[in-house]
Amino acid sequence: MPEEKKLVKKTQLTTGGPCWVYVDEEENKIVRVTPIDLTDEDAPSWSIEARGKTFTPPRKSTMTPVTAASKSIVHSEKRLLYPLKRIGFDPKGERNEELRGEPQHSPNEDPKYPGYERISWDEALNIVCDEIRYCKREVGPASIVIEPSSHHLWGFINYRHSVVFRFMNAIGATYGDHNPDSWEGWHWGAVHMWGYSGRLGIHEQTDGFVDCIQNCEMIVWWSSDPETNNGIYGAFESTVRRQWLQELGVKFVFIDPFYNHTNALFGGKWLSPQLGTDAALAAAIAYVWLQEGTYDKEFVATHTFGFEEWTKYILGESDGVPKTPEWAAEECRLKAADIRALAREWAKHKTMLAAGGKGGWGGACRSAVGMDWTRMMIALITMQGIGKPGVNLYTTTEGAPVDSDFYFPGYADGGCCGDPENSAAGAVWQSRMFAHNTGNHSLVSNLSTGSGAHIPRLRVPECILDDYTEWSGRGFVGAAIEQQFHRYHWPADGYPRMHLYYKYGGPHIGTMGETNRYAKMYRTKRLPMVVSQSVWFEGEVPFADVILPACTNFERWDVSEWASNSGYNPDSHNQANHRFIVFQEKCIEPLGESMSDYHIFWEICKRLGVGDVYSDGKDILDWCEAAYNVSDMPQKLSWEEFKKKKYYIVPVDGKAPDAPPFRWFYEDRPQDTRGWISHFRPGDLLEMKGLQTQSGKIEFVSNSLKRFGHYDTDDKERPLMPMYLESWEGHHTERFKTYPLAVVAPHPRFSFHTMGDGKNSFLNDIKDHRVLVDGHYYWIFRMNAADAEERGIQDGDLIRAYNERGSVIFCAQVTKRLPKGTCHCYESSAEYNPVGKPGESDDKGGCINILTPGRFLSKYACGMATEHTLVQVEKYAG
Amino acid sequence: MATERYMVMDVALCHDCNNCFMACTDEHADNDWAPYQAPMPWHGHRWMDILRHERGENDRIDVAFLAKPCFQCGDSAPCAKAAGGAVKTRGDGIVEIYLDAAKGKDLTKDCPYGSIWWNEEAQLPQKCDFCAHLLDNPSWEHGVPRCVHSCPTGALKFYTEEPAAFAKRVEAEGLSAYKPMDGATPHVWYKNLHRFTKNFVTGGVLRGYDWAEGVEVTLEGAGVKQTQKTTAFGEYKFDGLEDGDYTLTAEGKTLATVSLKGASVDAGDATL
Repeated sequence: MPEEKKLVKKTQLTTGGPCWVYVDEEENKIVRVTPIDLTDEDAPSWSIEARGKTFTPPRKSTMTPVTAASKSIVHSEKRLLYPLKRIGFDPKGERNEELRGEPQHSPNEDPKYPGYERISWDEALNIVCDEIRYCKREVGPASIVIEPSSHHLWGFINYRHSVVFRFMNAIGATYGDHNPDSWEGWHWGAVHMWGYSGRLGIHEQTDGFVDCIQNCEMIVWWSSDPETNNGIYGAFESTVRRQWLQELGVKFVFIDPFYNHTNALFGGKWLSPQLGTDAALAAAIAYVWLQEGTYDKEFVATHTFGFEEWTKYILGESDGVPKTPEWAAEECRLKAADIRALAREWAKHKTMLAAGGKGGWGGACRSAVGMDWTRMMIALITMQGIGKPGVNLYTTTEGAPVDSDFYFPGYADGGCCGDPENSAAGAVWQSRMFAHNTGNHSLVSNLSTGSGAHIPRLRVPECILDDYTEWSGRGFVGAAIEQQFHRYHWPADGYPRMHLYYKYGGPHIGTMGETNRYAKMYRTKRLPMVVSQSVWFEGEVPFADVILPACTNFERWDVSEWASNSGYNPDSHNQANHRFIVFQEKCIEPLGESMSDYHIFWEICKRLGVGDVYSDGKDILDWCEAAYNVSDMPQKLSWEEFKKKKYYIVPVDGKAPDAPPFRWFYEDRPQDTRGWISHFRPGDLLEMKGLQTQSGKIEFVSNSLKRFGHYDTDDKERPLMPMYLESWEGHHTERFKTYPLAVVAPHPRFSFHTMGDGKNSFLNDIKDHRVLVDGHYYWIFRMNAADAEERGIQDGDLIRAYNERGSVIFCAQVTKRLPKGTCHCYESSAEYNPVGKPGESDDKGGCINILTPGRFLSKYACGMATEHTLVQVEKYAG
Repeated sequence: MATERYMVMDVALCHDCNNCFMACTDEHADNDWAPYQAPMPWHGHRWMDILRHERGENDRIDVAFLAKPCFQCGDSAPCAKAAGGAVKTRGDGIVEIYLDAAKGKDLTKDCPYGSIWWNEEAQLPQKCDFCAHLLDNPSWEHGVPRCVHSCPTGALKFYTEEPAAFAKRVEAEGLSAYKPMDGATPHVWYKNLHRFTKNFVTGGVLRGYDWAEGVEVTLEGAGVKQTQKTTAFGEYKFDGLEDGDYTLTAEGKTLATVSLKGASVDAGDATL
């Protein structure tokens, strides 16, 4: 039996936690994947004294179900095992661009990959390199656009901010910029109320947990489901924290259209406002506090700007509509008594507001009303004196009391590239990694910069299909509040159109909005060539002309820290109960002919004569060692020792004293929260005090929006103040008459974005993820029994959900966890399976985002709003 | 007295993360642990089967999950009787299917809990054996099955102790077996099983337009009488009830009369 063969234990790190990987080296096979139990050799854990008890976390890492299913994801039958060329695509002749996505057949067709023939690496790389040469000599700069997925397989050196940028800058390509797709409302709305552009509109969460467990009496979970979203990368590390809070008698209230999994685990009052009306509920809570005088009047008087004007709006003095609980009850379809009771309970207790999946992030902020909701959340917690003990905007998913001053880079720091324009390298990393005498050389861009050209991911279809497209803000727009207002267009002035689209991963149809647009954009001669570098044959990958097979993180080296993205999400390692710095071992050899991204890019660069510029003379493991050696780690373990030990737990004995979020603001002191980003932009502040807003205070009337000036003309969906506006994807619209079911489409529970879903993984068998009907695993659409019955639908039936944007086939789950009129369907299907013409027919894969809006939050707030959509549903006849 | 193996699942601590199911599949699919187990098929088997149960009405609901492996019922189980010697109980209580003897014997219908699965390729009935191949292997330092090791909430626990000690635990922790058969000796037990097998009556109490907090509500009927105080949202919730007719009163007034028939009930809102 293999156990006697001596399985080799290796370490890896994933988006869902660190793990031991038991490998059968002879068979080149992963046998099992488990969490990591700490030993006595590892540093002691922290402990907290709270209310007469001592709390210390379990000495073991947790993992998500996606990580637990890693073996099946790596050894998936959908893996790309060798390079492929689309049948019908002749690089030197007829390219048949309009047939992309419709498998053509030939005697050379590979039975494993319909519509494709197997080619050698040599042939594939020659086709790609010939096209790059053509683009650069004949078409012009910016005609090569490279666009990765949001979340690459975990790693620091192999992450997109590292290898993709190094390749992009080595060959001279343009970046398909990402938007902060999980933060939109905070980013485009909240920054105009309290700044924090460098944190995408959310304040620090560092040291939040100690204050919470010692002082907080009640938590309002508003559009927040940490048991589903894990604070992004923290797996179930924070579950035990919530269990402790429950043990101490901290009250929980949940506001969520869906009776979510955190609510199911912990109980507590559930309020399900009609979709898009959360800001009305918030306004009514403020109304009760104003009427009853139950808010922190002194704090509001000294620390906010424009509160009186906002008060007039809440009380109805400026618009004639008092935001009473009765008014909100009708709008939200709630009981007025519930709203009053919630407002009074909140004011009576030291209450923390868990708004979103971590500090912000996910949920209602991703909807049409995202900017109203986020600003209302800030308004409410401000009224209760944010920063005083037990009162904060905090979700328990971050803020474990680890030592954040110990420096180890996160994935957004820029890895082996050090590009300060497109990663956070400029803050700390570049000066360490590429300092004089390190022998390392960064590789920066003169093209993918604010002065060059770029394309926003949300508008790739328009940039291909339309002659002219415009938008505001570049990428994550973290540089300044006002950077959001900069206007851009495509083609950029003086630059050509896109010619070669180099796609890295293939999740758009499952993850963006109104995504038949993405299927259609491939099927046009306006896009002469598409390369897809991917691990699996899924999603939009089968639209590409040439497919280059990449391997997973289990098949290459890396070094990184659990849950640490750094950059706009600084110190996020404190999602985990221990800071885990992990040697990511190459557990198995790359499957088939697949290669690591680094090596694929290197091969292309070699052929283009820039191999040495790209590699800097280093292979992956050399870069890992170089990165390790400029972090704080060598003070603890040499690289050689670390490779033997395989992971390191950062001790907490050197931790600085607790500095809870916003306490400094509440107490009028300079910011003292820990971690590397706190003080790096002094120019945003005056005398190192206050907030990034013009007044330095929390602004109920926004100075930045007032200066910009469009709030009363053509950007009315982002008013100066936090207000309740009827949702443009909600029950007051004309479309609601035709599409009367409102669907909430949150980030998924059993895949990480599209990672882990489909591809024949074990996750397909999870009953609440997909359902097997007639040989196909359908994505789940949840609905109330009354809505189902009206349509003759029973639990387990196949249904068709549709609107003017498209049509998708799902499996119905009839549940009590939704009120009538509201449905629930996770986004991020990895599968796109059109039954007819791509972009124009029913999708059996389960991409709800085919039905979600493709428009921006508002004209100048160019974020996506895919959390809510209006649809009609019918039983699927087949 | 020799020690035996027991699994305990707390229904109140499970939120359906499926790590147990994934870890089980990870351990067995495509891995050959003969003579203990043949490889589990890539899809379709649920040796750890998670059941979902929603209770209540309107906005007063709850949801519970029950992780159901083979209960290791012992030699009196129908599967053992039907297997003609291919299914035997080990000294530690684990019920093993012997690969050679079980070849071709489809026992899926011989388990009343649906915990035996048919492997078409191997022509074998298959089920959970508490990862016996690991428990028997000294290099597996954790000493528990994969599902228990991967559970992040503490819902799954595993004990290796003498039957008398476990019997005391059953008593002290209020554990129950799920739908136990006469004469069976299950080695899987549950805490808070009422979330799955019994029902609740809930409702709200108003005074004027506002919820009445701290009001003493009494439920009486079907041989029970219980009292509790309403929450800040005016709510009461009497759980663990059997079917029957119940009356709810507060401050000398009848709030509602309800009849439980296999489902939990929201008695609605009453004004004092």
